[in-house]
Amino acid sequence: MLAYYLGLALHSLKQNRVLTALMVLAMGLGIGASMTTLTVFHLLSGDPLPGRSGQLFYPQLDPTPTAAAVLPGNMNYIDAVNLWQAKRADRQAIMVGGNIKTKAAQTGARPMSLHTLATTADFFPMFGVRFTQGNAWTPADDLAKARVAVISRSASNRLFHGESGLGQNIRLGQWDFRVVGVIDDWRPTPHFYELDRESYGGGDEVFIPFLTSRDLAKLGVTGYSLNCYGNTTDDLHLENQPCLWLSFWVELDNSAKAQAYRQFLDNYAREQQVLGRYAQAGPPRTALPDVMQWLDQNGVVPSDVSLKTWIALGFLLVCLMNTTGLLLVKFLRRTTEISVRRALGASRQQIFMQCLVEAVIVGMAGGALGLLLALAGLWGIRHTPADYADLAHLDLPMFAATFVISLAVSLVAGLLPAWRACHIAPALQLKVI
Amino acid sequence: MDILPILSTLRRHKVTAFLVILEIALTCAIVCNAVFLIIQRVDRIHMPSGVAEHELVQIQLADTGAKADEYARAQEDLAALRQIPGVTQVASVRQVPFGMSSNNAGIRLDPDQNKPTLDAATYFGENVIDAFGTRLVAGRNLRPDDYRRLDMVAEGVRTKNLKLFPNTVVITRAVGERLWPGQDPLGRTLYLGKAPLQVVGVLAELVRPQIEDDSAALFSLVIPIQLGGGQYVIRSAPGDRERVLKAALEKLRQNDPHRIVVQKRTMDELRESFFQNDRAMAGLLIGVCVALLVVTALGIVGLGSFWVAQRRRMIGVRRALGATRHDILHYFQTENFLLATIGIAFGMVLAYGINLFLMLHYELPRLPAVYFPIGAVVLWLIGQIAVLGPALRAAAVPPVVATRSV
Repeated sequence: MLAYYLGLALHSLKQNRVLTALMVLAMGLGIGASMTTLTVFHLLSGDPLPGRSGQLFYPQLDPTPTAAAVLPGNMNYIDAVNLWQAKRADRQAIMVGGNIKTKAAQTGARPMSLHTLATTADFFPMFGVRFTQGNAWTPADDLAKARVAVISRSASNRLFHGESGLGQNIRLGQWDFRVVGVIDDWRPTPHFYELDRESYGGGDEVFIPFLTSRDLAKLGVTGYSLNCYGNTTDDLHLENQPCLWLSFWVELDNSAKAQAYRQFLDNYAREQQVLGRYAQAGPPRTALPDVMQWLDQNGVVPSDVSLKTWIALGFLLVCLMNTTGLLLVKFLRRTTEISVRRALGASRQQIFMQCLVEAVIVGMAGGALGLLLALAGLWGIRHTPADYADLAHLDLPMFAATFVISLAVSLVAGLLPAWRACHIAPALQLKVI
Repeated sequence: MDILPILSTLRRHKVTAFLVILEIALTCAIVCNAVFLIIQRVDRIHMPSGVAEHELVQIQLADTGAKADEYARAQEDLAALRQIPGVTQVASVRQVPFGMSSNNAGIRLDPDQNKPTLDAATYFGENVIDAFGTRLVAGRNLRPDDYRRLDMVAEGVRTKNLKLFPNTVVITRAVGERLWPGQDPLGRTLYLGKAPLQVVGVLAELVRPQIEDDSAALFSLVIPIQLGGGQYVIRSAPGDRERVLKAALEKLRQNDPHRIVVQKRTMDELRESFFQNDRAMAGLLIGVCVALLVVTALGIVGLGSFWVAQRRRMIGVRRALGATRHDILHYFQTENFLLATIGIAFGMVLAYGINLFLMLHYELPRLPAVYFPIGAVVLWLIGQIAVLGPALRAAAVPPVVATRSV
């Protein structure tokens, strides 16, 4: 029966090419515009580490003298190192970044400015970073303040001109570091573990042990935002300064552990109040958001993008009404044909189905056109200079979503016209003939 | 033209007429708000900077080896840059307008004040005001004896010795108006931390390197602190910039080859990249508006054609009874005008509602009333253009159709 409806629908669509083309074009434009912006939205609000982000948490403490509405986004040195040494989570890492002049250690090599992250050994297994060569440094290297580094594949290619950088020395500032590992280029999107840098920018290229970076304070790895809440006396040796500049992430494999860690944070904060390090009295101000909560808290999806999504949905709505109107016109124009079919025994239900099939065909054609337009739209976005531009690709879920949305839109658009069409009184129409 | 017969016809096509009205209303609402957003973006892209934008280039260097005496080298660099033919002004700077990276400071009116009154960008460096080409509207420029060296100031911060700080500052008019509304800021004192600075000059405008809040975009200070080089702004005639930039890079390399160029760009490029997201957004919104109007027009064409085809007999009868082609044309045009007007009326209410929503969630200002008549005219025009084709086809229906049975 469906095949017959398909045949009928195609026949009817062919009979009125202009109207059909209008409907497909309108649907296509609507689907295309909404899919373009929805893809960008989906991409920017996506999970940076699918499957892992639920177990990663960002402990927050408040050592500042006045209680601001939101908890500080970074930690000072003492708190970060205390929590790191407490080792109360399954894994934990301190991290702080900076742009550091880097070159291969041999003379004559060209220096370049690379995104450098000073962190601790757990960083790599905690975030599931894949190594192509070598390994991460060990916790012993952390404590020994070893001059070792892990670099990304693209940094390795640029520094060593395509040759393997493993075991070679690189020079950061004026100090040499031995490369112990090369990682696959790794760019979680958004750049969740350090939001002070552009949220959608490139990945980190050089990784060095955090304590080593403190040992070589002149290297100047002090993060992209330094927020001090008291009088400072030094802006390179930040160990004892009342400044918030470090990020600290922990991995907690289940909710019981997360609960326990939260408790630990509260106790820690109370202890610090007793010790007089925290000036604020009252219940401890702590928080333990996971990755997605942390992103949400920081409003990482640019408001422009969500605004565009609203516009796209509005556009889709207009196209929906347009298609409804045109389908209505199309079906009502065929009252005679429908009346004949009804008189020959077709039930209302059958007429209804036939009309819906026709609507769906229009929807699918519109969806296909919309897909092409969305691809063109995303191509256009890739050629704008926005910092997320090169990420704008249609992935498989969005590809599928295009057709699901077209199907849904065409069904919704077809409902009213089909209902009207199946309620045509055949006798009245037939009399006219 | 009689409206009553049109209304009675429309009453027999309630659903289709309602759909057209709804579509026009939604389009009107979205387009009004989108155009408002576009205009705001365009305004932002053209935000005044207060500097001679077409005449400036910025060069930023970084040392690769051990540093020489920075201050001596900065003076050498400046002297060498000044010698380049076509260069009118040179300054050593730490940040440039629209440069994205910025030093900011909390400004207090009283050193013991808990929270700063405002947050302003702090421009350091010699000859900054002349090199940027910002206009001094009151007071005087900074003089050589106002200046302190950055390393001495840092020493002052470390030892809490206020004597090592500079004593004077030049502020923008916007800062003056915020700190001392309605009063003359000249001669008054503001505090950076505990350090008092006396206002000696007022600039018309000087935009910040990084703008988080548009209303604070012009909150800048120029503080007389001498820098150790590393970043320079060079001013020349617009046409000379390319050549001057090349010559400057060569001179700087000669002065000290152990440096890499981190940044070399004209002020125009700075502005361009600073507003890239705004431009992308405006472009996208324009695209959406055009597409939306096209879709609505297509809908009107489709519906118009249907009505014309459906009423062929009626048109024939009217023609046979003496109506001119002109009358028929007018009939469809008036019908469309009626539908558009109702749609626009709904659209205005909807536009206002959407604007309220945007104000709530995106901190947008209220939609100015002027957008309503503009939106109305645009949709009336689109409607008339879209219906013209079907209406002309209707007017071409010959009276003889009336005599045919079907």
